Amino acid sequence: MGEKSQLARQFIEAIPHAQELGMMLTNIGDGTAEISMPYDVKLIGDPDTGVIHGGAVSALMDTCCGAAVMSHPEAPGGTATIDLRIEYMRAATPGQAITTKATCHHISRNVAFVRAVAMDEDQERPVATATAAFSVEAKF
Amino acid sequence: MSRPRPEPMQVVKQRRDAALAALVNSVPYIRFLNISFDRRGDELTGQMNFDQKLIGNPFLPALHGGATAAFLEMTAMMALNWQHLWPKIESGEIDPADLAAGKLPRQPKTIDFTVDYLRSGLPRDAYARATVARSGRRFASVRVEAWQDHKDRPFAQAVGHFLMPQGEDRRDAQKG
Repeated sequence: MGEKSQLARQFIEAIPHAQELGMMLTNIGDGTAEISMPYDVKLIGDPDTGVIHGGAVSALMDTCCGAAVMSHPEAPGGTATIDLRIEYMRAATPGQAITTKATCHHISRNVAFVRAVAMDEDQERPVATATAAFSVEAKF
Repeated sequence: MSRPRPEPMQVVKQRRDAALAALVNSVPYIRFLNISFDRRGDELTGQMNFDQKLIGNPFLPALHGGATAAFLEMTAMMALNWQHLWPKIESGEIDPADLAAGKLPRQPKTIDFTVDYLRSGLPRDAYARATVARSGRRFASVRVEAWQDHKDRPFAQAVGHFLMPQGEDRRDAQKG
């Protein structure tokens, strides 16, 4: 793993909100990142079904997209979300972890473009997809 | 012809506040983010009470974009749900005591949600208000804006589309 990915990893693992949601960075490098978040009752959005709230999926997507940007070979440092759009395809199955994979597919001097997909244990049908633009910062 | 005598203020407030509290307390993720709602008539303002666990960049420090997105989505959904339920709460069709006991109506489901981050969220309380731009039988479109110190300097805004709960109406239709 490169020095850049190492720095990005340290940054992501130090985020209080990500720690609080139990996020685990499982893969990072070359403008891609993979983060998983275990099921937790405190994240439930619909008490009838036990399905976790879309907002928790947003937090996971945002973190994963940011990690992908920071790990890009041309990213000089930190990043901030400019805009994030999420499409919810189906409810995540209660009891299952959610894993997000993000790819920074283009980066310019100021802006990085990212796509992400969130899955539960069913690897065929995505739970949600995201499209985002991030700022490219010189420092963390 | 005389109109019916208005209900005493305390009765009205108690009913509305009890219904709102029941809805808010039913969602674990609202409690986790420590979001509360302030009601003026039928208008709701969300408040995300600051906590260190909401931080996304410890160096600045700034709120996590995901916490901000969740707060906006929660406020949008609550505003939509509230607007949808309000007539039923007022007519007595929905009893706040039933809501508190866990007999909750089905919630709208988020189809998509787009967040526009305008400036970084400061490590302090945030407020948000949503406007239901359109609410049809199947779909609704909701705008929401969040601010901290100055109402006219929002730090994030969003628009979301929601699928309205379908089951109840369809069952009613089948009954005739």
